[in-house]
Amino acid sequence: MTSYLVRRVAGALVILMIISAITFYLFYAVPRDPARAFCGKICQPETLALIRHNLGMDEPLFVQYWHWLVGIFAGREFVQFGSCPAPCLGYSFATQEPVFSAIVDRFPVTVSLTLGASVVILAFGILTGMIAAWKVGQPLDKIASSSSVIGASLQIYFVGPLLAFYLVDTMQLIPRPSYVPITENPLDWFTHLMLPWVVLSIIFTANYTRMTRSQMVEQLAEDYVRTARAKGMSSRSVFFRFAWRGAMIPILTIFGVDLATLLGGAIITEQTFSLHGIGELAVRAVQNTDLPMLLGVTIVGAAAIVLLNIVVDVLYAFIDPRVRLS
Amino acid sequence: MTTVSWSGEPGTSRGPGPFLSVRDLSVEFSTEDGIVHAVDGLSFDLEKGTTLGIVGESGSGKSVTNLAILGLHDPAHTKIGGEIWLEDQELISAGRGTMEKLRGNRVAMIFQDPLTALSPFHTIGRQIGEVYRKHKGASKKEARDRAIEMLRRVGIPQPETRVDHYPHEFSGGMRQRAMIAMALVCDPDLLIADEPTTALDVTVQAQILDLLKELQQQFGTAIILITHDLGVVAGTADNVLVMYAGRAAERGTVREVLREPRHPYTWGLLSSMPRLNSSVDVPLRPVRGTPPSMLNPPSGCPFHPRCDYPKLAGPELCFNQRPSISPETGHGDACYLTLEQKRELRTAKTEDRA
Repeated sequence: MTSYLVRRVAGALVILMIISAITFYLFYAVPRDPARAFCGKICQPETLALIRHNLGMDEPLFVQYWHWLVGIFAGREFVQFGSCPAPCLGYSFATQEPVFSAIVDRFPVTVSLTLGASVVILAFGILTGMIAAWKVGQPLDKIASSSSVIGASLQIYFVGPLLAFYLVDTMQLIPRPSYVPITENPLDWFTHLMLPWVVLSIIFTANYTRMTRSQMVEQLAEDYVRTARAKGMSSRSVFFRFAWRGAMIPILTIFGVDLATLLGGAIITEQTFSLHGIGELAVRAVQNTDLPMLLGVTIVGAAAIVLLNIVVDVLYAFIDPRVRLS
Repeated sequence: MTTVSWSGEPGTSRGPGPFLSVRDLSVEFSTEDGIVHAVDGLSFDLEKGTTLGIVGESGSGKSVTNLAILGLHDPAHTKIGGEIWLEDQELISAGRGTMEKLRGNRVAMIFQDPLTALSPFHTIGRQIGEVYRKHKGASKKEARDRAIEMLRRVGIPQPETRVDHYPHEFSGGMRQRAMIAMALVCDPDLLIADEPTTALDVTVQAQILDLLKELQQQFGTAIILITHDLGVVAGTADNVLVMYAGRAAERGTVREVLREPRHPYTWGLLSSMPRLNSSVDVPLRPVRGTPPSMLNPPSGCPFHPRCDYPKLAGPELCFNQRPSISPETGHGDACYLTLEQKRELRTAKTEDRA
């Protein structure tokens, strides 16, 4: 188990390095000069050269990348901004604030959004899928199956404003979405994020309903389920104790893959509801040609996905005893 | 020795009869292509402590019959007719609760492939123990002790450690032993073994069959052994029921059916089986043709398209009228040929083969 985790984490670090290197390279492949943005309207060549030197942009690309990499583990010194302790992701070109603390400030918003939506997706999607499988072929199944098709074809930027208009403005059922730190007031945190959670989870929930249904139907036809029935186990116990376990394995796999999409969806949701999360940072960084910020957001996002996938793989071993972590 | 009888109208009141009595059983599945008549008018009896071998090709209705005894068909797509009596309990009309109490307790089943038939997510001990807990109301500890005892009884070494292992940590033969332990944990009166040795290699097959026989002698369990292997029947069963197209083609004691088979289909089955004492130069003769579609079974005798002698019994008889099994008790078969005709044909066949 421990050696498995060590190996997985080492593998994850390699993946993150590759991702950051590619992002680094792509950024400079774009014909835009971030130094020019600092220089102002009347830009003397000497000033431009100085800015470049201060930003460390007069060095070869791989040296710059090396400095960036070292900064994460050992911190680094900037002529322009002063010292930046580890983990240092540099300073934003646009706002001059340290990238790392900007991300740390915004991270709880995105994490709250993504985790909350995950809970809604898994709880609601699996529940409706189970109901559909339990009542397979009956009206309840047909309602669940067809409404999931509708749900899957919706878009966040369409449903979001629509629901906000009706639920928040017209009917005033729930407060306008915003972020209240959970440490400050858990109830407000919950009520203010309710709408974004629902909106972000709608398209995913539908998929999980359909997947759970088909997986359950498949599992119920398995030999070992028949054996359980032949042993005299009640239908309920067969359904929840035997078939459920087998159905959850592929669902977990898909969920691991969906985490990345969910994070992407969180960015759109943040924009839709003007939540100040990582997504907002990312969009602004692209608009401002802000390399350090963009790199920082990319690497933190990638790290989150890779880490959660390791968690998913470990969960496997708990659900399925045939999986050995080695 | 028991008698396998064939008698009575369905629905007649029941005196002290055989332990298990299946009367005029029919099982129909509704599918997208139409109605499949998987079993059609099948009757047989089984006494305590004896073994009935049910033989037939794939799709002859062997497994369907036995799933019907346990009530394991999906009621939404299945129509079951006739009667199944287990002592004084009728099973087709029994409620779900009654059947759940019966399954695993009085009637248990073991399946062909023990790898897929055991849950991969639960330990062997848990799977054996939960049957005991469900039916006998035992505690976790008692169920575990019972599971260990059962594993020991079916010959699994070190049952105290094996009890906590998962099925994938067992070998094929060990898995089937564990399956048998699971089936016998509540001392059932009837054990249905659906091709219990088909997925196992030959040396293990013999061990498993010996184990079943030994356990039968200890507990007096009645066994229905479903197989397509006549060799297995010869070594294990007391009585045989040969099934074809959802019906009984021939029945009798093992000795009767294997020594003096009467139905041309049984001849076909026997001549397609290799024998140690026959010449290697004589090729095996499989039954020609393929099993009929149960969506649209042949008219008359369902075997007539594959039979070599349909004209002998009369010009039209085999094609138009379905033969019923006769005589009603003892060694009987469902064929229009007279006993003399059959004897002559078989003698000719044997000479031909030797």
